[in-house]
Amino acid sequence: MSPQTQPDPFMRDQWYPVSALQDIAAGTPRVTKLFGQRVSYRREADGACSASTEDRALPVLQRYGCLWTSLGTPGELFEIPEYTEADRRNVAAGTVAVQVSAQRGIENFLDMGHFPYVHTGILGALPHTEVKEYNVEETPDGREIIATECLFYQPMASTVSTSGADVEYIYRVPHPTCSVLYKSSPLDEKRLDVIALFGQPTGEESFRGHMVLSILDDVNTDDFISYFQLHIFGQDKPILENQMPKRLPLDPRAETPIRADKTSIMYRRWLTRHGATYGVIPAQG
Amino acid sequence: MSDMTWVPVANASDLAPRHVFQGRLLGQELAIWRADDGNVNVWENRCLHRGVRLSIGVNTGSELVCQYHGWRYANRNAGCTYIPAHPADAPPHTICNRTWPALEQDGLIWTHFAPVDPPRPESLGAGALALRPQPVAAAPELARAVLAGLSPEGFGPLGQDLVASGPAGRLRLMVQAADAGRAVLRGLVLSDEAPLPLLRRLSLVLRLARDEIERRAATLPVPAPIPHRSERVAPELAEMPEMVSGPARIRVRVAKKQIVGEDIVALELAGLRGTLPASQPGAHIDVALPNGLLRQYSLVNAPGETDRYVIGIKREAQSTGGSAAIHDSLAEGDLLAISEPRNNFTLRRDAEETVLIAGGIGVTPLLSMAAALRDEGLPFTLHYFAASAETLAFGERLALLGERMVPYLGLDAAQTTLALQGILKGPGADRQVYVCGPAPMLDAARATAAEAGWPEAAVHFEYFANTREIDTSSSFRIELARSALSLEVPAGRSILSVLQEAGVAPPSSCSQGACGTCMVRLLEGEPDHQDVYLTGAEKAAGEKILTCVSRAKSDRLILDL
Repeated sequence: MSPQTQPDPFMRDQWYPVSALQDIAAGTPRVTKLFGQRVSYRREADGACSASTEDRALPVLQRYGCLWTSLGTPGELFEIPEYTEADRRNVAAGTVAVQVSAQRGIENFLDMGHFPYVHTGILGALPHTEVKEYNVEETPDGREIIATECLFYQPMASTVSTSGADVEYIYRVPHPTCSVLYKSSPLDEKRLDVIALFGQPTGEESFRGHMVLSILDDVNTDDFISYFQLHIFGQDKPILENQMPKRLPLDPRAETPIRADKTSIMYRRWLTRHGATYGVIPAQG
Repeated sequence: MSDMTWVPVANASDLAPRHVFQGRLLGQELAIWRADDGNVNVWENRCLHRGVRLSIGVNTGSELVCQYHGWRYANRNAGCTYIPAHPADAPPHTICNRTWPALEQDGLIWTHFAPVDPPRPESLGAGALALRPQPVAAAPELARAVLAGLSPEGFGPLGQDLVASGPAGRLRLMVQAADAGRAVLRGLVLSDEAPLPLLRRLSLVLRLARDEIERRAATLPVPAPIPHRSERVAPELAEMPEMVSGPARIRVRVAKKQIVGEDIVALELAGLRGTLPASQPGAHIDVALPNGLLRQYSLVNAPGETDRYVIGIKREAQSTGGSAAIHDSLAEGDLLAISEPRNNFTLRRDAEETVLIAGGIGVTPLLSMAAALRDEGLPFTLHYFAASAETLAFGERLALLGERMVPYLGLDAAQTTLALQGILKGPGADRQVYVCGPAPMLDAARATAAEAGWPEAAVHFEYFANTREIDTSSSFRIELARSALSLEVPAGRSILSVLQEAGVAPPSSCSQGACGTCMVRLLEGEPDHQDVYLTGAEKAAGEKILTCVSRAKSDRLILDL
């Protein structure tokens, strides 16, 4: 696939993360890619950040531990209200480059069925493979997909338990290449930890995934949290890179969905409705 | 090179035990693997669910398991046998991976993309050796052209057909067209020379040829890769699959008839053409008997036993013609019509422990389950109640289970209940129970499980008959959408009998809501199912009814007839 393919308006007019803020030292500009284009970004001495292509300056936004930019005219970035809660730890847990489309990456993030096979002993364990019925809907304004009451068996449900139990998840898709999941906190059952995956489409068939957490944890070090998230993503990466085709097919008959895939079915329809063509294989007719 | 002839795509030695080899032909990625029974499979290298390469999956010896979500595909027919995310559901038969023919000859694995088998490639003869394959980054046509100009020492010039004969023996080179700009040089040699030095010498010939081919290719434009051509899945699968059951329409031959216990025969049914559809543990087939009867029998098949269906039939003292016909009249070589396997008794594989309870010939579906659990290394016990040691069926299959098969012989009703109480002592978390046997035993097991506090969802029963009392007190109207008929169903009569009177009835068999033969599509109205055939999900969907026992809760039903 030619890296020169232009993004469709829906994909273009979004904010995209290009780096964790903590990874941008003042001074030397750094270079990354967005939609196949070279984008350079830098931090000035006064702490402000800027980004540009070869021929123009780009808008920037510092939010959720990342530097965001856009090649188009983006609206408001989605909200993660928990991020500003005073007692939370916000951790930029790492960035992983994957040779598959960002939408494939998001769909994997929304999927529970692979836990016992890909994250064996951590997020799932055989023989507990069932994906129980859950709810998924679009918000009334059509801007976001939300899946609730998602239950999946986790072998070490919390740091204080030694046996497995069902853990509840909530998934949000507020952006074509970003997703936010909520999971009951091991330390405070009534509150939810937030784990976000922000996808930066470097090309049609490649992306960088920036992981950001906002959690209730006063025990583990940032390094440990980062190591854990990278370990999980490291298990997903070889699976993602063995998906064919590398772009997400939006034709409902391209792959075989099951009930457990309700969220991804809605995600694919949502992308179709918004006219997404970049990083996907649009449905014909 | 066209795709209308047999093409070598792997050396036989590439297919190590329990390995999945990744091949490529004309832009199509192939997953090539050998099952423990020796059968070689050439499949599209892609799980139908999310497109993950099956070549990174697991070859269990009888099935290929996808690495992503554990979907299992059967040896030979490539049908999906299990979807772990929904352990209680049987996968629809239409979930079937794409396969191509496989031929093993002269130490090579061959396949083709033609609609019918082309003539087999000519064998080089016994003792032929396959050369080490040499991949090249060049158009296959260019590779052929360079090979045609070779004249390997002792064999002479190859010429356009890439075949040479000389004092050293016979040599045939081939080009596997992997893609528009990729090829694999392959070859066969038949010679009296010592194999190792000969193969080394010819390997060098191919390597030098590769260098020459790639040197020439470097001066030419790189051809665009052949686009990936996946088939679209069936429309009904794209919309959350429901199972489709057909009448008996698969033709099979009785390949073997064998006594496997007192008054019990086993039939092995082989397909007349092509592969048989995939089956799962717990599945049954309808068998249309020569005397016109339609009977249901559970499959005994273990995973990977895909070249035939195995069923067991006990001679019933009060046979209504089914078992007697099979025992007395049916012979090896006879032809039968059967249905696709259908599963109302699906085996969950997400239990910590599985308890299988068989009574008499009810052991058949449980044998299939036991084999699947054993294959996957999941804990289970098969409790087998029988009149005597002689009536234990399928001794060879039981022997494979070792101590995990516990027999209970010659118990009366009270002793059976006592034994069941012992087996079902307390419901454990994550334990599942499967019971199949005569109706009194099912009732005893149901009562015992309920007393012991087992949740209903953890105890599964297989009915060969519907023992529930059918309530026929309602009266309602049925409208037949295609026949434009409106009929009254009075209390005391079934929809089926009203349809039969009107001459528009579907085929029927058991008349008690157990076999599924008289199923029709329901277009409108609220059904009162009353059968034991449809699954809970199918009943809830309300799109099908069994006309022999189902009735209406609404004033009318509109049927697709």
